[in-house]
Amino acid sequence: MENNGLTNDSLYTQLEAKFSDNTISSREDQFGLLTVEISSEKIIEVIKWLKEEKSINYLTLIGAVHYPENEGREYAVVYHLHSLTENFRIRLKAFLSKNHLSIASLTTLFVGANWMERETFDFYGVNFKGHPNMKRILNEDSMDYHPMRKEYQLEDATREDKDDTYFGR
Amino acid sequence: MGKVTFDAKVETIDGQGFQLTRLDKVIGAARANSLWPLPFATSCCGIEFMATMGSNYDLARFGMERMSFSPRQADLLIVAGTISKKLAPVLKKVYEQMSEPRWVLSVGACASSGGIFDTYSVLQGIDRVIPVDVYVPGCPPRPEQIIDGIMNIHEMVKNESLRRRNAPEYKEMLSTFNIDVDGE
Amino acid sequence: MSNEVNKDLREDYEIDRLSNETIDGDLATLNLGPTHPATHGIFENILTIDGEKILDAVQTVGYIHRAFEKIAERRPYNQITTLTDRLNYCSSPINNIGWCLTMEKLIGCEVPKKVDYMRVIIMELARINDHLICNSVVGVDTGALTGFTYLFQQREAIYELFEEVCGARLTTNMCRIGGFERDFNETFYKKLDAFLINFPKVFNEFDSLLSRNRIFMDRTIGSGPISAERALEYSFSGPNLRAAGVDYDVRVMNPYCSYEDFDFIIPVGSNGDTYDRFQVRQEEIRQSLSIIKQALAKMPEGKHHADVPEFYLPPKEDVYENMEALIYHFKIVMGETPVPVGEIYSSVEGGNGELGFYMISDGGRSPYRLQFRRPCFIYYQAYPEMIKGQTISDAVLTLSSLNVIAGELDA
Repeated sequence: MENNGLTNDSLYTQLEAKFSDNTISSREDQFGLLTVEISSEKIIEVIKWLKEEKSINYLTLIGAVHYPENEGREYAVVYHLHSLTENFRIRLKAFLSKNHLSIASLTTLFVGANWMERETFDFYGVNFKGHPNMKRILNEDSMDYHPMRKEYQLEDATREDKDDTYFGR
Repeated sequence: MGKVTFDAKVETIDGQGFQLTRLDKVIGAARANSLWPLPFATSCCGIEFMATMGSNYDLARFGMERMSFSPRQADLLIVAGTISKKLAPVLKKVYEQMSEPRWVLSVGACASSGGIFDTYSVLQGIDRVIPVDVYVPGCPPRPEQIIDGIMNIHEMVKNESLRRRNAPEYKEMLSTFNIDVDGE
Repeated sequence: MSNEVNKDLREDYEIDRLSNETIDGDLATLNLGPTHPATHGIFENILTIDGEKILDAVQTVGYIHRAFEKIAERRPYNQITTLTDRLNYCSSPINNIGWCLTMEKLIGCEVPKKVDYMRVIIMELARINDHLICNSVVGVDTGALTGFTYLFQQREAIYELFEEVCGARLTTNMCRIGGFERDFNETFYKKLDAFLINFPKVFNEFDSLLSRNRIFMDRTIGSGPISAERALEYSFSGPNLRAAGVDYDVRVMNPYCSYEDFDFIIPVGSNGDTYDRFQVRQEEIRQSLSIIKQALAKMPEGKHHADVPEFYLPPKEDVYENMEALIYHFKIVMGETPVPVGEIYSSVEGGNGELGFYMISDGGRSPYRLQFRRPCFIYYQAYPEMIKGQTISDAVLTLSSLNVIAGELDA
């Protein structure tokens, strides 16, 4: 499928022109996919502009990544968007620090962001402001830690039957 | 006097209008050949269990024509698939709602021991919450293996003593699982 | 004709209810699940009902949460194929091949055309497998058990084909980075030819049982509808989105694995209800059969794997004689092969929609982060909206026609 007019370069120049106040930080083009870093306060504005003006109106995925070594930028919330009419994909990243782990929720723009944000909260503890039902989704409600963070191990900490020395850990 | 014959491994003496045999053997044979299973299928092993129920491997010829989805009417609880810690109380409740005699068949590696998922959210084997009679290993087990597991259940059912379910050892075993014996 | 009768009944019910305001009533709460026989899988829906009409549903998922993403951070790259098997276990080869495609894109490996065609055959067989389960279960939920028993026998033929290639029926672990472990053998081609002759007859019989059956149509038309706009806002993909009217198929939009060489149509519905979803899957099975025939006819010559010795196991005879092969074998099996640093998102058209793999690699033996974009998880959140105002039996039917696979929902 061809895309009519949206290319990595042209969209990036338009983004830089439109949101000029430190919103857009950096750009990468790995494997042909434009990856733009956005400041976390402006995420709703940028995605709204992309959805309404540039017809990038399909939300593919929301996820998070934990980088415990980066001071002040420990968590990255990653948004993958897609334009079905132009066949153009884009990835947006917003970095958050562990002391201020909160970002606006996309549920006003995309209804499908609801469960994706709940899953990110469940795994990493990222709080999405404005989400209608910010609760855990896949793990038990009584769980008190966020398991995908790098400091927690995979196995159940309370198990007593498997001896880790035999399992090479 | 009639001829001594063996009918479904039950020794009978055939005569005009009567058969002489042992009561527990007849009951064992009747129970084994008419088990009503409750398929508690959660994941991939559930699909292999559906294939076992299908016409190629056909569980119905062993008397399991009617799948009971209500625990009150089931004899055999077939747990096929991964049981997570979130689901464990549900499984226990379903087991408690079954009435005696009841047997449990654990199909697949995940139900028997947690399988390949040694993680914080998966229960490492259903025998942590309910007593299990037969384990079928495999990921997923082939339908022939599941049928082999059911054959083992049939052996257990046929040879079970009629007094087993009221014996104090059985009640003690249930209490180690904290299963409510007299309620439900 | 039948459509109008159905709609009138529903509208009359609305009017009656509103005008009879003197009827005193409480709303009831019904727990549909988690171990309900009608929900094929473990999901819980707490319904608020007014008589038989559903007003609201509160969902609980996560009953088979197995922490795939956390496990993937521990496993070396070639062991993650076994994890992807268990995502949508009804069509596991598609998940495996999707993961191998992601890895091949990351390391920049070009596979020969023959491998592409082999992969297409396997993926379309898996898609037929998945759609057969879904459609026969839709039949079961309307009371038609016969189709289920006949189609499951045909699925055994597909299982035998998978066994010829990889040895397993369900959790196939089929692909390797660079190609296939072994070439398709003579028996596979013979069985595939027999399948292509026998299956359409049984499938057409199943179709004639249900597709234009007055009872089935009355039951399923208008049940669990969703409009195209709402479906796009919920990020639907796959047959459920196509039944709503949007022709988005990853095989056409971002072709992978030489899909652009094949000639197939994307079936599209109009109302997004159960009948449309059923028909879209039926037509997709026919299109998959046509793609398999085209791939068989045009199968090129070549090797069954690419030339990537760092990732693809060398033949065993070489390992015993050649030093290089021995070292590569050791490194691959121990998982010590270095992978380029990078970040990649790659997607394939799974049985239920766009199955995506977002992976960040830091050059180590396992991914730094691997996130699966699971289509079931994303479209299942639209379920309360789809069943609002419907009856309980329609809710059960909608759930089975959505084809929610528990392994993919909870990952």
